[in-house]
Amino acid sequence: MLRVIHPGFYTTIQDAGRFGYRDIGVPVSGYMDAFAARFANALLGNQPEDAVMEISLKGPTLMFGINTRVVTYGAEAHLKLDGEIRAHCIPFQIKAGQSLEIDTIEKGARLYLAVQAGFQTEKILGSRSFYPEITHTDKLYKNQELMLKETEFLPSGHAHVKHDDSTLTTNLLEVLKGPEYDCLTTEMCKKITELTFHVGHENNRMAYKLEEKISENKVDMLTSPTLPGTVQLTPSGGLMILMRDAQTTGGYPRILQLTDTAINILAQKREGDGIRFSLLN
Amino acid sequence: MHPTESNFSLRFFPYSDSAILIEWPEEISEAILQDIRAFKFKVAKQQPCESVMAYRSLLLIYKNKIDFKETVKTLKQLYQSREFLNIKPKQWKIPVLYNHKVGWDLEAFCAQKQMSQTDLIRLHTSAVYRVFAIGFLPGFMYLGGLEQKLWMPRHSEPRPKVPKGSVGIGGQQTGVYPQESPGGWHLIGNAPVQLFDAHRKKPCPISVGDTIRFSSISEEEHELITIQVKSGIFQMENLQEHA
Repeated sequence: MLRVIHPGFYTTIQDAGRFGYRDIGVPVSGYMDAFAARFANALLGNQPEDAVMEISLKGPTLMFGINTRVVTYGAEAHLKLDGEIRAHCIPFQIKAGQSLEIDTIEKGARLYLAVQAGFQTEKILGSRSFYPEITHTDKLYKNQELMLKETEFLPSGHAHVKHDDSTLTTNLLEVLKGPEYDCLTTEMCKKITELTFHVGHENNRMAYKLEEKISENKVDMLTSPTLPGTVQLTPSGGLMILMRDAQTTGGYPRILQLTDTAINILAQKREGDGIRFSLLN
Repeated sequence: MHPTESNFSLRFFPYSDSAILIEWPEEISEAILQDIRAFKFKVAKQQPCESVMAYRSLLLIYKNKIDFKETVKTLKQLYQSREFLNIKPKQWKIPVLYNHKVGWDLEAFCAQKQMSQTDLIRLHTSAVYRVFAIGFLPGFMYLGGLEQKLWMPRHSEPRPKVPKGSVGIGGQQTGVYPQESPGGWHLIGNAPVQLFDAHRKKPCPISVGDTIRFSSISEEEHELITIQVKSGIFQMENLQEHA
């Protein structure tokens, strides 16, 4: 068991996602930066899809009720175990009764905390990923208790994996053409690949809005299926990139589609960060 | 809905490296929806994917990367070799309380349309609506078939909070908000039913292709159904559509 002393700014539990219910409007959800979350699990010898804690901006303080092993990966922040500094990306042991404090994120946007055997919160429709009206809570709250699994300590054989922070440092998003790419004018296509766009104030697990506008458009289309990573062109000419919690259908032109890696890179960006698109096909 | 022998000309589009978007001609049509639905059931038996259908689209989403060309070849063969579709759409009856207490825009709506509330209720409950898509929220239905006299552009500013179960009209569409959410539709009533419940074996009983009718209920019936829904004994009525 684990008790939440402080929940942090916006902290959730996420696994690989909720598959098989998109036909009734249930978003797929799941960790925003799948690369970082899977890497964290690998460092502990967990299954790649085990549930991890996704931490945004300011980290939580957590009191552990059992002996276990944890690791952080993704965005970077200072960690303290009972006041003693611990290193990012290197697994360490926690004894029952100890408190882990994760400070403000300094680089990137989302930090993942993996725990031995994964978080054991409720599984609804095949997934532990938090989502309003599906799981009982949509984010961590003070004094919440999370189930953990007591496991035997494994030798920390994975501890010397080289830290790869390329998703944090790059700003190039590889994209494929979306279903409505062809309704763009030549000038609009040029802007998309030549401009540097900036992440707007509205950016969350559902969507990232970008600051720059490319051109107003009057494309009228029927409601159609969408995917995480779809770049929609809004009527005012803005770009809205759908993320993991996005609704399953939409009525705006789907002009581009981010690759999986590009979604992970964008998940580590915050307001004001610059990004560029690189069209693959 | 009978399956048809018609073969539409389809567009297959590689939408990400693990999904295929199949598009029928761009129009709102019962024949197209029926064709997509027949194909969807066929695909579901053969392909390891989940599917989302909406109006003229069918999106097939695979767990891993796919070989686009090979998969499209298989899908095209499957489309050519369709057999009779046996799965009939369901017809649902959704009880609605129409009054100004729950239908916050009912009075203004009728005033603008110069129509009595009785006429509005009669028009809204006499149509059979087809579910053309489910999206926006878990269990939110995009319904086609709204009487033209009831078309009304949505509010220019959406309300930040529309109560769960609210029945609204937006543009040429009508529908029910399955949970509290922001929304820009004109609210005319409330349906005390639970359209989506993650803890049910079937979280949303309604599928794209089904039909919906609304029936007018009294305040007392609304209260009773609310209690029945809370205690888990309410079952939405569904009549198999007569073929």
